[in-house]
Amino acid sequence: MRTAGASARIDAVVIGASAGGIEALSVLLPVLLPGFRAAVLVVVHLPRERPSLLADIFTQKCAVPVIEAVDKEPVMPGTIAFAPPDYHLLVDEGPQLSLSADALVNFSRPSVDVLFESAADVYGTHLMGIILTGGNSDGAAGLEAIRRVGGMAVVQQPETAQTSLMPASALQRVPDAQALPLDGIATLLRTLNPGDRP
Amino acid sequence: MSDRDFDIELRLLIDAIYLKYHYDFRGYAGASMKRRMTAAMVRFGCRTLSQLQDRLLHEPGAFPALLDFLTVQVSDMFRDPGYFLALREKVVPLLRTYPSLKIWVAGCSAGEEVYSLAILLREEGLLDRSLIYATDINPGALQRAEAGVYEVERIAGFSDNHKRSGARSSLSDYYTARYGHAVFDKSLRRHIVFSDHSLATDSVFAEVQLVSCRNVLIYFNRELQDRAVDLFRESLCRKGFLGIGAKESLRFTASADAFDEVAREDRIFQKRAA
Repeated sequence: MRTAGASARIDAVVIGASAGGIEALSVLLPVLLPGFRAAVLVVVHLPRERPSLLADIFTQKCAVPVIEAVDKEPVMPGTIAFAPPDYHLLVDEGPQLSLSADALVNFSRPSVDVLFESAADVYGTHLMGIILTGGNSDGAAGLEAIRRVGGMAVVQQPETAQTSLMPASALQRVPDAQALPLDGIATLLRTLNPGDRP
Repeated sequence: MSDRDFDIELRLLIDAIYLKYHYDFRGYAGASMKRRMTAAMVRFGCRTLSQLQDRLLHEPGAFPALLDFLTVQVSDMFRDPGYFLALREKVVPLLRTYPSLKIWVAGCSAGEEVYSLAILLREEGLLDRSLIYATDINPGALQRAEAGVYEVERIAGFSDNHKRSGARSSLSDYYTARYGHAVFDKSLRRHIVFSDHSLATDSVFAEVQLVSCRNVLIYFNRELQDRAVDLFRESLCRKGFLGIGAKESLRFTASADAFDEVAREDRIFQKRAA
């Protein structure tokens, strides 16, 4: 097995976060600059019965376009798409975004596992998965699926996470994932696909 | 088992279902279908989809069980209350102008949406002149929908949604609680026809003033979405209304130009006059 730092071109970055996730994403996502080539797809566990303000909040903070995912929308390079509340977000062939109202997975909808497993299927080695702070173990199986297809696995160092259970569970399941503090992950994102820059 | 093998087996299984049972899942969105089939494999105790295929072809009773797995959606009554509020404000005033109304709930599953619409129409004084077609491909789901019985634990959530939908009455006016279940009123059911219909293989069966089809299109690929939306367009009368799920879009379908937005956030459209 290759190490988790494999160096295939990354076409998509999938991110999963729960408790403390908005603060962590507020450190990470603003480092992405126009010209960033990979698509960024994000699941944050939120209350299911309310509309989400994530796209509005991060549009203010980010230099790249931010949207809430709509079913069948093509995946856009250099754009951040958030899963809408109460729907699973998946990646389908195309690649395009796909939503589902199927049962909760790990007590969650959207579920990180659902996004990661479907993205692994479509992107293979060209995918990076990042597990951030959170209070349950959603995302661990998904990160394992990404590693299985040769994608890159990154986990926020549990001791630096606001809530450590989610990154710790992911690390337990994917021991060769790169465990980094937030600023390390930010540096990694900033230097992604350097040869691709215009 | 490699993912490539799984993809091959999935295609074969979907073809086998079509050939043997005439249910067409070939236009379903791949990623969701894979998840559902993987879950079904576990539920049926099969190691591969080929094993599941063997059981489907040779075991009576296996297919109806799988059908539940592949199609049944758990929804809530008055899910997305804003949708129902928008119907009251933007659609009902036009519906009032018709002497008789036909409404199509496509993909009704266990019926939560159908009863929600029937109650809304009753509150707006329109139910007596209305006929609601509730269709689904799953006969088991249609039976459950027709029964109109829901666990009493779900009623508080339904009731809360109902209040936020601009309710003019109490949800408790429409059901009786019995042995831990809420049984919805027969007088609502008198205006509903439950019927087997596939958006993938069947055609239009009536002219209607409103189609409500929410969180069904997300399970279809673009080609099948085109087919379904085209059926809705054909079925709708001039200036008829179409409601879809909160995160669904007509933008990516071939018939997008045939509709105007009536309530953008709540995903209600109106068929253009031309």
